Amino acid sequence: MKTNFILNGVKISVDAPQEATLLWTLRERLQLTGTKYSCGVSACGVCTVHLDGKPVLSCSLPLSVVEGREVTTIEGLSKNNDHAIQLAFQREQAPQCGYCFSGQVMQAASLLNENPTPTDAEIVSHMDSVLCRCGAYPQILKAIKNIVQAGRS
Amino acid sequence: MIDKQQSQISRRQFLATTGGVTIALFGACLFPGCTQQNAQMSGDVEWVEKEVGVWVRLLYDGQMIIYTPSAEMGQGSMTSVPLILAEEMDADWSQVRVLQSPVDAEVYGLGWSPGRDKHMTTAGSRSIRHYYQLMRETGAQIRMAIRQNAANKWQVHVSEVITQPGEVLHEKSNRKMSFAEVAKFGNFDILPSVDTLQLKDPKEFRLIGKDIPRQDIPEKTNGTAQYAIDVQLPGMLFGFINRSAAHGAKPKLTNKQAILAIEGVKSVVELAHGIGVLATSIESGLQAKGQMQIEWGSTLSDSHNSVEDLAKYTPDGAQEIRQQGDVQTAFQMANSIIEASTTNKYVYHGQMEPLNAVVFFSTNKKSAEVWVGSQAPDRAQKAVAEKLGLEVNNVAMNLLYLGGGFGRRSLSDYVAECAELAASVPGLPVKLIWTREDDLAYGAFRPQLRNFFKAGIDKQGRITAWQQTAVGPGGNMSSRGAEISHYDIPHVRLLRKELDHGIRTKHFRSVGHGTNKFAIETFIDQIARSQNKDPYQYRLAMMQGNARARKVLERAVEMSAYDPIPKEGTAMGIAFADRDAYTCGVAQISLNRDTGVIRVHKYWCACDGGVVVQPKNAIRQIKGAVIMGISLALKEQVDFSAGKVVQSNYTDYPILRMSEMPESIDVDFIYSEEVLHGLGETGLPATGGAIASAFAALTGKYLNDMPFTPERVLQVLNS
Repeated sequence: MKTNFILNGVKISVDAPQEATLLWTLRERLQLTGTKYSCGVSACGVCTVHLDGKPVLSCSLPLSVVEGREVTTIEGLSKNNDHAIQLAFQREQAPQCGYCFSGQVMQAASLLNENPTPTDAEIVSHMDSVLCRCGAYPQILKAIKNIVQAGRS
Repeated sequence: MIDKQQSQISRRQFLATTGGVTIALFGACLFPGCTQQNAQMSGDVEWVEKEVGVWVRLLYDGQMIIYTPSAEMGQGSMTSVPLILAEEMDADWSQVRVLQSPVDAEVYGLGWSPGRDKHMTTAGSRSIRHYYQLMRETGAQIRMAIRQNAANKWQVHVSEVITQPGEVLHEKSNRKMSFAEVAKFGNFDILPSVDTLQLKDPKEFRLIGKDIPRQDIPEKTNGTAQYAIDVQLPGMLFGFINRSAAHGAKPKLTNKQAILAIEGVKSVVELAHGIGVLATSIESGLQAKGQMQIEWGSTLSDSHNSVEDLAKYTPDGAQEIRQQGDVQTAFQMANSIIEASTTNKYVYHGQMEPLNAVVFFSTNKKSAEVWVGSQAPDRAQKAVAEKLGLEVNNVAMNLLYLGGGFGRRSLSDYVAECAELAASVPGLPVKLIWTREDDLAYGAFRPQLRNFFKAGIDKQGRITAWQQTAVGPGGNMSSRGAEISHYDIPHVRLLRKELDHGIRTKHFRSVGHGTNKFAIETFIDQIARSQNKDPYQYRLAMMQGNARARKVLERAVEMSAYDPIPKEGTAMGIAFADRDAYTCGVAQISLNRDTGVIRVHKYWCACDGGVVVQPKNAIRQIKGAVIMGISLALKEQVDFSAGKVVQSNYTDYPILRMSEMPESIDVDFIYSEEVLHGLGETGLPATGGAIASAFAALTGKYLNDMPFTPERVLQVLNS
């Protein structure tokens, strides 16, 4: 089954079985391995990508759903690892094992797109869907708060 | 920037055949047609460089390579171990590139105690403290060799040649050279003997203690960091396995032909503990996995119902592991006896990257190549060699980033499985993926345990005799941390009763300390309260013989302004732990008495860090360990019903989310220039005890059974 969509700004067409998910298509057909598999059931947020600018969980999204739509993965977020949230995570040295961080980056980027001045409670509520087993939450939160504060000042 | 695809011919052979000056082509995979791109630094460029011992390469363009021997699983030792060498060498850190060392335990491994075999296991918060002296000495040797080579060139005495980062200087003649220039003409065949060298005065440190950015961070914010699950090889097949739901049961596949008939399925592999399938796509593999009909044999664990069994544990028949003094006599002389029992459930590592590995078995069946995230790559290599009937030297290892380890990835079961699958398809690489459900159902868990405590108390309310009986599976893991020598208790006895339910158990971040410190500290807390003593003062009075421990306890109280009296619905609790480094945790909690939900608002942790190479990184490690500890204490439990794991995924095995973490976690180190302590796990063990202590302050009731789920909290409240 062919699915046509825009991936990181480029029109593409992918041939995949009907049961294919966006996640495994990105990872194993398109070799964009920045988006990670972790729970497979929309419970951990690690596989978060943007669909038409909104965060979605690619592990549970049938590939056919993205037909004609726009998908952005971590590979397409910035060219030089310099999106504000990437720089903020680097400054806070936030990642530990790093496996959840594509999800953390994409989830945080979507928050800042929608609401550049979230309250602390809004940040926590938005980021709550992405798990981190290493316990890097304090640095993740601080990095986002720093961006918000810098934007306000 | 670990060069993930560096193929690993024995480094000693490599050195022997190249004689010092080498022209190295990075990323030369053994695997034919390997197209994996390499770290930015290498590309396809040929590098001219000089080998300096086994740890360092000086590149003629000014860059230098330092090898890291440890697996990088989030703890940051990929940066901090090479940093120690760079410090003594006076390297210019901005020019340092870190590469994963070859898997060669004789060259890069260490024995964990004198006389023990060398190996490359990254575990037990050992990397920094075990490599510190070696890295310093190696760095000092290289620095001296660079000075000596420069002195020869300039025809001056070596004592007149000094270094500054990346350069040698001769001040009298106002000459200087970069290390790279020295590398071009220098002779590094024999490095100066360590005995002749003076190590730096710590006051001169430029890197150690200064918080240098981690080398792995940039790759981890843009998705380019490579984990084994990311490896892409031409013609690669995808492997999945159905494993026995009850550990140890033997499988019999009853619809093999139907599975083989599924489009894309290439082979079915019958393993001792499960049935594997290889397919050309993830979807075909998952479909085949889902459609297998397997009859399972019986096994020891079939009869294990963990909750019921735990409730029935008794100390009868436990055996003494050690005794100090005479506990029986001391109990007889005691003014009163206090007893309690505590429990903890099995818990699951839950690392975010499910287990996986990639193995390529060559067409001629004479060699193999492995891509894996492993805490024990040398054991993984051996496991693959055994499964494929190869010499270890013919198994090339590529160690990639680990998406969490926490002890699970020092078992090599998943790598051995992948080798067994690959054996069925020589010439084709195989990527074995455990689904999250596999990872949980076939976990290797922190053991459940019941501890029986008995304490003899004198007329002043002091503990004179102490007996702990640890009952449950887990062997030595379950008695690690059953240790209270930092308290001045004259008569102490530890007993152990090992039970085998057929369940796979495994080290888990902080190992036995994670459960035993909760058990011990919560019992001490109860004794203190029963004697109407402040739990802090009570512990302090028992630490008169250990100034180091006392200082940590006092620091925690100072930084938290610990107050044993609850206020405005919140209360503070305290607990002490000795997971290599001493730590003291203070938790401030509140409780919703209707729902039973405990909320940890603030947490403080004082730690005798000793020499801390990367202080801010160490603080982040401790915060992470505290968060994991709170998660374990409040939420996590694996249950077995008829030998099968009840939980399946993060949906019914919840781990702490951002909204549940404390509003603040403060960490404070007590530094020293002499001793080193492991800091990766040490924040974890005090968490359960500190929360239980706060709960006791708030409610007057004791949480003796971990985790403190809302249901259990309500039971305790209503008891």
